[in-house]
Amino acid sequence: MPAPATLLATTADGHLLVLSIVVPVAGVLLSFVLSERYVRQIALAVMPVGAAIAMAILLALPRGDGFIVYLLGAWSPPLGVALRADGLSAVMLAATAIIICAVGVYAAADSPPAAGSRRVPFAFWVLLMAIWAALNTIFVGGDLFTLYVALELLTFAAVPLVSLEGRADTLRAALRYLLFALVGSVFYLMGTALLYGLYGTLDILLLSHRVSAEPGVLIAAALMTSGLLAKTALFPLHLWLPPAHAGAPAAASAILSGLVVKGSFFILLRLWFDVLLALPGFAAAQILATLGAGAIVVGSIVALRQDRLKLLVAYSTLAQIGYLFLLFPLALDGQGRLDTGPALAGGLIQAISHATAKAAMFMAVGSIYAGLGHDRITGIGGTARALPLSVMTFALAGFALMGLQPGGASLAKELLLLETARTGQWWWAGALQFGGMFTAAYVLLVLVHALSPPDQPVALAARPRRGSDLAALALALCSLLLGLLPWQPYLPIPYALESKLFGVESLVKSLITVLGGTALAILLSPWPHPLVGTMAWKDLARVLGPFRRAGLGLGGLVERGDRVLRQWPVAGICMLAVTVLLAASMFGAD
Amino acid sequence: MGTVTVFGLCAAAVVGLGLYGVIANPQPLRKIIAFNLLGSGVFLLFGVIGRRGAVAGIGSDPVPQALVITGVVVAFSATALAIALLLRLFDTAGPATLDSDAPTRPRPDRFGG
Amino acid sequence: MSIATAFEIMLAAVLLGLGIWTIVVRETFSATVGFVAYGLLVALIWVRLDAADVALTEAAIGGGLSGVLLLGAAARLRDAEPMAEAAPGKLLRATAAALSVLTTATLAGTVLLLPDPAPSLAPASVANAWATGLSNPVTNVLMAFRAMDTMLEKVVLVLAIVGVWSLAPDSAWGGRPGPRHRADPYGVLAFLARLLSPVGIVVGIYVFWTGANHPGGAFQGGAILASMWLLATMAGLADAPPVSSRPLRLILVAGSGLFLIVGLAGLLFGAAFLSYAPALAKPLILGIEVAMVLTIATTLGLLLSGAPERSAEPWAP
Repeated sequence: MPAPATLLATTADGHLLVLSIVVPVAGVLLSFVLSERYVRQIALAVMPVGAAIAMAILLALPRGDGFIVYLLGAWSPPLGVALRADGLSAVMLAATAIIICAVGVYAAADSPPAAGSRRVPFAFWVLLMAIWAALNTIFVGGDLFTLYVALELLTFAAVPLVSLEGRADTLRAALRYLLFALVGSVFYLMGTALLYGLYGTLDILLLSHRVSAEPGVLIAAALMTSGLLAKTALFPLHLWLPPAHAGAPAAASAILSGLVVKGSFFILLRLWFDVLLALPGFAAAQILATLGAGAIVVGSIVALRQDRLKLLVAYSTLAQIGYLFLLFPLALDGQGRLDTGPALAGGLIQAISHATAKAAMFMAVGSIYAGLGHDRITGIGGTARALPLSVMTFALAGFALMGLQPGGASLAKELLLLETARTGQWWWAGALQFGGMFTAAYVLLVLVHALSPPDQPVALAARPRRGSDLAALALALCSLLLGLLPWQPYLPIPYALESKLFGVESLVKSLITVLGGTALAILLSPWPHPLVGTMAWKDLARVLGPFRRAGLGLGGLVERGDRVLRQWPVAGICMLAVTVLLAASMFGAD
Repeated sequence: MGTVTVFGLCAAAVVGLGLYGVIANPQPLRKIIAFNLLGSGVFLLFGVIGRRGAVAGIGSDPVPQALVITGVVVAFSATALAIALLLRLFDTAGPATLDSDAPTRPRPDRFGG
Repeated sequence: MSIATAFEIMLAAVLLGLGIWTIVVRETFSATVGFVAYGLLVALIWVRLDAADVALTEAAIGGGLSGVLLLGAAARLRDAEPMAEAAPGKLLRATAAALSVLTTATLAGTVLLLPDPAPSLAPASVANAWATGLSNPVTNVLMAFRAMDTMLEKVVLVLAIVGVWSLAPDSAWGGRPGPRHRADPYGVLAFLARLLSPVGIVVGIYVFWTGANHPGGAFQGGAILASMWLLATMAGLADAPPVSSRPLRLILVAGSGLFLIVGLAGLLFGAAFLSYAPALAKPLILGIEVAMVLTIATTLGLLLSGAPERSAEPWAP
């Protein structure tokens, strides 16, 4: 089956794709030359331009049959390299632009970010623009090797952000992150080599028409998938994520947790939904979703046991990454092949919703940390009164993330639940519901502590910065309103769905999530409840005692297991084992 | 048995060696060396594939060659960044392995007062 | 079995032997030496694979510069050697070994079963060489057909520099990278540096210049120039510039910057981003490559020097 000719020629508006990459790259180079004094101004000038380009692509896409193509150097694939944008690219470009701008405003209002250091702001702004360039290249890249270079660009921009503060633990986290990510890239590259050897092209569109289920392709698919999983930090390949995301400065953590892991996730979607459609995806999809369910359970339980807010939020990222992988089995069609339907749309909306909410959460936690001088969860009593904007941001982002209406997560959940019903895989519906409850658990845990009265009056170490806090709040609001946006021109969403967002039924669902989350928080969190002194609580505690001891025992076991999995040799072996498992499952199905 | 077979097997073996080294060697510097070995094996794989694509007049498909040249430069930059991180870590914290992060343990449970 | 095949088998066997030595030997320093030898031997394999451009790159960057980098780090970390207590247990090592062997076997099987005749873009790249006027097909792929990858990879180099520099202590920000080498001005090293540098620079420029039509090019030439600069600094004849220097920073982005500007000119006035008008293609590509060779040489040299450690003041004896 030859590729349609329309997708092999530059379309109108194609230059927008070039600009989406070139503008942030130019920002990087310019600020590198003009040095420390102008770097912030350059970044703040690049941001509106980049955002305008993303919006222009968003507007141009429906005009061009849902595709924008640009042939670089006017060379057509397979010899040349093409840039292509579809609905997935367009929404990711827009979401990225919004998050980068919000984080930029947050960091710019936070001046000076590290008093006395010219090194930190210089590195931060240059790397922020580099991450933008890398992500945009990933979203519009039409060639697997170009995507590899973009992936490396992303890693090179992300790793130094982790160790900006220069403490030994952050340096160790950065080194671990770099090495594990590099091994992941090599796996991806190995698969790329095999695909070139089989088909003589790395163009995604050409490959999609040439690939068939031969043994070499199955091996390549397994290698590339596990390499990308390592970069996305899907359980059990997550050893690098918690220390890296918890150790970076707040603005950097927001980018790392919100955006950077979505880069490799997006390539994974490209790989499975564009390149490898001909493969028997059933078993592989079940494996990916099983790992995802494992991530939800382990990430959430360990998050509930953290005594530092930043680590709690980092472990929550681990769980949320797992949630994204539930889309794979739900996208299967009747023949056991992957299909671009509502499940893919749901997964992507969930990714965007997590990106916006998690970035807002990390920024809020950063403000709390700066205000209190610490982020111990048992010591944040009274924060709601002292830092109302930050706590409100955390709450709104948390509500969006746990799937309350009209958040993006609730729309995503509806879409995915729709597909569990269609494909008859009810067990994944359970995982989806539990995912929401677990999210509710750790969000409520933090909120209850923040709303409780303080032991002693809160003495702020630093005054809250209004600009920063408003940027974070705006992003949290974005996340909470995602469910209201018109997604249909870009993503395959059934029209009947959006009207169901409000109503009694959805209210009941939200209530169940919140109640389930409360129960989980009480059973699994080891922290003394702030209302512990009251009489009613004592009665409740007597009834719940045995259950809670069991829950805490289980939590302790999970935490110990997590510590074993985060050892380097174990994680490395897991990576190889996942590769073998994926390959074997596809051979079995073939 | 031709060039392609010999070096194809060799590339696969180097990949395996590199993988084992990355996983099993405890010192970070040894992991970095093993990563370089692993990368070199993957580049050889490209080389073998390029050699298979030889046509009259060109002994090897130029596209995989170009990809390898790009890849070698990226791998070198990665090595440089990793070593700079390692040396800085050494200066800050003394000898250390990657696994010696002290995870924060939850304090004892005080539920119910 | 022909003599050539016997030679190739021997080459592969020695290479694997060095690889195994590199992984299993106890001392990190020995492992590093093993890797340098491995890197030089790999270049020979690339020659046998008829990929002279890659052979030059591997010898210069993979073997040479990576070797210097690793040897330097190994020397500095020597005191930290006794760290065996963290070695993974027998069971873990056995599992890792088994899975690695499985990966090797699968990969070998896949490579041997690749289709015949192999798909190739060699004919297409030859057929389109008219567009650039250069006859080295690898240079054509790097500079024209896949120019985007090359441009982005130059940005990776800039980011690597930013990453390494970002590790500087705040007090040394803007200063000179690495330790100042004080060698005996009449010693062997200085003598070698005085003798070799001019030759090396000529060779580097030649390798770069010939890359238009023969094996060679900006990467390979840049790597050779970088190693000459390194030799000079190690001999104490030159010093690394302070990282705040504006001219230095201009040189570091010259390659990617010019690439970007030429690309944008193509977008505005020509056929497409990163396209060259056929009449101008050769001078434009050579112009970008001149900028690139400067950038690559400086970048590689600075990556070897590490993070800023000293103040910007010039060293006075």
